[in-house]
Amino acid sequence: MSEDLLRIDDLHVAFSTRRGMVEAVRGVTLTVKAGEMLGLVGESGSGKSVTGFATTRLLDAAGRVTGGKILFRGQDVTKLRGDDLRQLQGAAMSMIFQNPRAALNPIRAIGLQIADAILTHKRISKEAARAEALDLLRAVQIRDPEARMNAYPHELSGGMCQRVMIAIAISCNPALLIADEPTTGLDVTTQKVVMDLLADIAAARGMATILITHDLGLAARYCRRIAVMERGRIVEEASPGILFGAPQHAYTRRLVAASPTATSRIQDLVTEEERERYATVVSKPRQEPAHGTPPLLEVRKLAKRFDQGPAAVADFSMTIAGGESVGLVGESGSGKSTTSRMICRLIDPSEGDIVFDGQSIGHVAARDFHRSPLRKDIQMVFQDPNESLNPRFTAFDCIAHPLMRLDGMRSGEGLRKRVEECAERVGLPLDLLPRFPHQLSGGQKARVGIARAIASRPRLLVLDEPTAALDVSVQAVVLQLLDRLRRENDIALLFVSHDLNVVRMLCDRTIVLRNGGIVEQGESRALFDNPKTDYTRKLVEAIPHIETGPTLAAAL
Amino acid sequence: MVTTGLGATLVRAGRRLLSSLPALFGVLVFTFLLMRVLPGDPAVFFASGPNAGKEEIEQIRKQMGLDKSVPEQLVFYLSDIGHGNLGRSMMTGQPVLKDLRERLPASLELTFTALLIALIAAVPLGVLAALRPGSIIDHGVRLFCALGVCVPTFVSGLLLIYVFYYLFGLAPDPTGRIDVFTSLPPQRTGFLSIDFLLAGDFEGWWAACRQLILPAVSMALFVIAPLARITRASMLVSLGSDFVRTARSVGLSWRKVVVTYALRNAILPVITIAGIVFSTMLGANVLVEKVFSWPGVASYALDALLSSDYAPVQGFVLLMASLFVLVNLVVDICYGIADPRVSIE
Repeated sequence: MSEDLLRIDDLHVAFSTRRGMVEAVRGVTLTVKAGEMLGLVGESGSGKSVTGFATTRLLDAAGRVTGGKILFRGQDVTKLRGDDLRQLQGAAMSMIFQNPRAALNPIRAIGLQIADAILTHKRISKEAARAEALDLLRAVQIRDPEARMNAYPHELSGGMCQRVMIAIAISCNPALLIADEPTTGLDVTTQKVVMDLLADIAAARGMATILITHDLGLAARYCRRIAVMERGRIVEEASPGILFGAPQHAYTRRLVAASPTATSRIQDLVTEEERERYATVVSKPRQEPAHGTPPLLEVRKLAKRFDQGPAAVADFSMTIAGGESVGLVGESGSGKSTTSRMICRLIDPSEGDIVFDGQSIGHVAARDFHRSPLRKDIQMVFQDPNESLNPRFTAFDCIAHPLMRLDGMRSGEGLRKRVEECAERVGLPLDLLPRFPHQLSGGQKARVGIARAIASRPRLLVLDEPTAALDVSVQAVVLQLLDRLRRENDIALLFVSHDLNVVRMLCDRTIVLRNGGIVEQGESRALFDNPKTDYTRKLVEAIPHIETGPTLAAAL
Repeated sequence: MVTTGLGATLVRAGRRLLSSLPALFGVLVFTFLLMRVLPGDPAVFFASGPNAGKEEIEQIRKQMGLDKSVPEQLVFYLSDIGHGNLGRSMMTGQPVLKDLRERLPASLELTFTALLIALIAAVPLGVLAALRPGSIIDHGVRLFCALGVCVPTFVSGLLLIYVFYYLFGLAPDPTGRIDVFTSLPPQRTGFLSIDFLLAGDFEGWWAACRQLILPAVSMALFVIAPLARITRASMLVSLGSDFVRTARSVGLSWRKVVVTYALRNAILPVITIAGIVFSTMLGANVLVEKVFSWPGVASYALDALLSSDYAPVQGFVLLMASLFVLVNLVVDICYGIADPRVSIE
């Protein structure tokens, strides 16, 4: 077929590692037509990024194309060398990367970086290249582009950096743009703006785009055709409507189920077999606390100022009852992490008070709080399961540590029993306990982090984006786990997240933060279905939804 | 607080200088006390001979102010320093300040040249090693660095003299900064190679350079290893970074990717290490100065120390401490210029 811009034919890519060759891509076949946007979705390790890197010839030294062809306008990309290759890169196809700030040279002004790309492929003067760079900054809608030409990446926000990256990528009008998780790590509202921009530019310039993402909703929103990858293979390829309405492959079904939507419930996220243990818990009605019971946690007019800057959090008040789950949402910089850390007593508030179970703890200095008897009642689960576990501690040590520090347990049979009990409660196989964090998968590490937090039998668990670094299928299991723990042990949850769909499912009540102040709060479902403020509405609308219902029927 | 431009750099430099004053004062007092604690009586040493009488020694002691208590001596010493007087050397009979001023340029010239040679050798070696990690080049560079560190400078210095002076006769007589027959240029910077150039005396310049090259190389050999290793390590990080991948993704030329994108980022830690290396070399090049009879400050201080001559040693330590502060400051400013992120505090 001559109309295909890109045609990948039975591609195999292998990486040489210490344990020998590992195949990351095993027989991928796909085509991209000029001007279309193709979604390439899958979980981490599925080989979707590797496919993209192989296409743009950016595999690192350890990776090699071991079989198959990548035909770009009929020319086999895998065989190009030297100048032929460089003429392709940037000019005919270019790439946008996941972490926009790291993807830009930190010590080179962004205007120069764009001009570098232009000068590589066009024989024009430096002044002309600078003028073109300025036009590109305008095209990616950067405010005050003349001033920004001389800015360095650290002076720009993540969304801005990604726009600059887009400007570099489109500088020579490539026919194919590969966007590798272009908005992962950005706020939902920023994500929408950047993706809309990308889609508009691609449409205006007739560029074909491959959108590599783990977010099915995102792919569904912007792509007409989606290919699902699992373990180096494409398992299904269809239009979003068909893919989400009637997924054929078992993996796609699991992935679609695990992706939270506006209407999904926690029990819907996983397939039948995994659901059983959870179902018995969720069916039990939760007993309402007797009227007049004092709240477990009461926060009054909390404020935090860092140095001379404006208040990071101001006038923040909330309550949590025992066994209740409350969501704290907002964009980055809204003060949600700062608030959660003050409540955990990891940092000191500048003003206000925190009352836990009738005792004021706001004035206990954060550095002394570990001696307080309430330390074991308030525990935390951190965002990054990789970074928050001590690499020299085994899973057992991680879980045993709080027991020894806070419950004064000594190593021995009693401790071993408690650790194993915790592991069992979070569904961590006992034979994994002697392993070190790097020997565990992301989901297993998340379980260790949760087991460590519940080890001292806390009454309040503060979770700071606990699933942000996890794949959707792992996230589904972790969410179920958290909800089950809450119901079984009556643990109150304060859930900090930017993922509104997750908060909607897990939390009874939700508090929306913006610039350190509460914008809106209320019962989760009502708040999301009928946002009262524009800000909340913007947040809700920015979430990419998997379209179901009427549109789906039309597509079928 | 975002501050940019020259003003901010100057403010930062000034703040840095001020904050180093207490440390300098501490060094001053510590060296003073250390010299008093060390065994050896300068009065005995500088008396006319081994048979000098008690009265003679006592008189010298009085003359030197050594009969007073240590705190009193310290106060006198500090007030002298405050007036810019570092005391008088008993060995040379000249004020220490004058001695140091005469000898410091020799040491600085030697150290600068050695550092320059080391950087010119080490950075390309490190880059080469990083471009092909695990290759023969990488192992070759590693071997060369290991040898450079293993062989003490006085051994490599003697070896160089043996080969280039004794065997091949390429190098001039390895004593001092210039042979006795060349007339010295009018002193401007104190750096002979620069003064000759300023005077337009190219023959003299060549003679001075020939004298300089062997000691500089033997010093450079010793510090190539740390510089090359840090270049290699930070170049590897740089080459594996996302922004180098971006540069490759738009097809920038190999040169642009390696030099403008990777090396410019990788050179930042090298600047820091170079500053530390320079300070260390300045104090530790006494062996090279001895081997090549180089009239520098380090050999001067060593001689003074051996003869319990207090003032030159104290003056030398103060000089080294001040230079250390100055070098760090220069490194800091260079870093601020090379990395725009530093100006954010």
